Amino acid sequence: MSGVHPDEMMTIAASRVLNSDDVCFVGIGAPSAACNLARLTHAPDITLIYESGTIGTAPDVLPLSIGDGELCDTAVTTVSVPEMFRYWLQGGRVSIGFLGAAQLDKFGNINTTVIGDYHKPKTRLPGGGGAPEIATSCGEIFITMKQSRRGLVEKIDFVTTFGHGVGGPARENMGLKTKGPTLMVTDLAVWKPDPETKEFTVETLHPGVTREAVQETCGWPVKFSDGLAVTPEPTELELTTLRDLQARTKAAHAGAA
Amino acid sequence: MAKIQPLGDAVAENLRDGDFAAFEGFTHLIPHAAAHEAIRQGRRDLTLVRMTPDIVYDQMVGMGMAKKLVFSYVGNPGVGLLRRVRDAIENGWPNSLEIEEHSHAAMANAYEAGAAGQPIAVFRGYVGAELAEVNANIKSVTCPFTGEKLAAVRSVRPDVSFVHAQKANKKGDVLIEGIIGIQKEAVLAAGRAVVTVEEIVDNFDDVHPNACVLPSWAVTAVCVVPGGAHPSYTHGYYGRDNASYVAWDEISADRDRFKAWMLENVLDASPDDYADRVKSFRSAP
Repeated sequence: MSGVHPDEMMTIAASRVLNSDDVCFVGIGAPSAACNLARLTHAPDITLIYESGTIGTAPDVLPLSIGDGELCDTAVTTVSVPEMFRYWLQGGRVSIGFLGAAQLDKFGNINTTVIGDYHKPKTRLPGGGGAPEIATSCGEIFITMKQSRRGLVEKIDFVTTFGHGVGGPARENMGLKTKGPTLMVTDLAVWKPDPETKEFTVETLHPGVTREAVQETCGWPVKFSDGLAVTPEPTELELTTLRDLQARTKAAHAGAA
Repeated sequence: MAKIQPLGDAVAENLRDGDFAAFEGFTHLIPHAAAHEAIRQGRRDLTLVRMTPDIVYDQMVGMGMAKKLVFSYVGNPGVGLLRRVRDAIENGWPNSLEIEEHSHAAMANAYEAGAAGQPIAVFRGYVGAELAEVNANIKSVTCPFTGEKLAAVRSVRPDVSFVHAQKANKKGDVLIEGIIGIQKEAVLAAGRAVVTVEEIVDNFDDVHPNACVLPSWAVTAVCVVPGGAHPSYTHGYYGRDNASYVAWDEISADRDRFKAWMLENVLDASPDDYADRVKSFRSAP
């Protein structure tokens, strides 16, 4: 796949898992790019929700924050933040939550709070925002992030957002009825949790990516699916649409001044 | 009835040392001018609450005004971390900062409960989340009807809340449009509420019957500060100055550069300066 950047492959592969019927709570950054690429290609009727209260939004450029004016201008409706979290999220009306992560373990538990000890942190990260309840209230969770040994780790420093806990039936045991993480798309591969253990397992490698490359950028011994396949190459439409979107976004964020 | 007055007077009358204070705005309508006025007046020992403390709280913390921060997301949205808040938490500069951290769902529920005059907010949340182990104010209750265990947090009831809004009418009623965020709840949960607005119009005769309007009698003070949300934005008036948010990452990375910037842009500035700052982002007069 000459000429395709791994970040582009990640966004394109992540966009493919979304459909027009989905109601998707969108995290900022990589998830936002994937969700809007889906909307601009194969899923024109997808409902995108940002935690600022914008429901059914269709921005022309990717927002820098979850509350850019563009999201409100193009939304079906904009509700208050308490209504967003109470009626729409806790009310069970969102089918997919699409999250990014700073640090993640093999069971899809996410840390976006601290590196190091909580009370004496080495690095204070922004924190959970909406993620802790997105992860338990949405029907299922998709995760997208770039692979690195710092990002994909055996043990995360802090459980900001619960995935599959210690694995197996951990979610059911805590009384959760939602599915939790069912998919992860990285810059190298598409991962799904093992049906029994819930450990993330590589299902497809992106074109040109080796098993070794996946292992080198992951902090736990990687399991590969028996039916390991290759992620389909980006289509011309996917790549052009994504690049146009990124170019519009870059121009817009450079500011009018 | 809301007192329509200059921002300097409203801040002096309503914000005191040691207050539990909110300067709210969920990425929109952030009351930068009001916060900067508070910085100029040198208020100390504040407990600052906000769902999404971003660069204006970074500035207040860096100026040593806060003893405690209550929040659910402490970052520069879309850009990265808050370097002044990090310096306070990680290194105690310029002073140590106590934190009380929640999730957005908890904070939204807590503000709403505060507006409703309740002591407690109850919701389905924090399942499996480690915050519940490090924040003693995250508790649980059992539903008396179903037996379900639910998360419980204290309501948020600030001594004073500051928000920015589009406009007021001559009576002091306030109109909030666009991403209304938590503005209404922040005002109604607080003992006193100061609202900065872009303009004052004669009446709200052309306003939609279901619009988000805060009646004059629910607000303490209204101050006209055109551009008062900059570099945040005011829907229908001017757009977000994204470049300033990006630039802040570098300005705030160094203590001396931060102090120099604050001197030039805040301490030596006045509420009249904001109109100019939003000139190139304006979509309407």
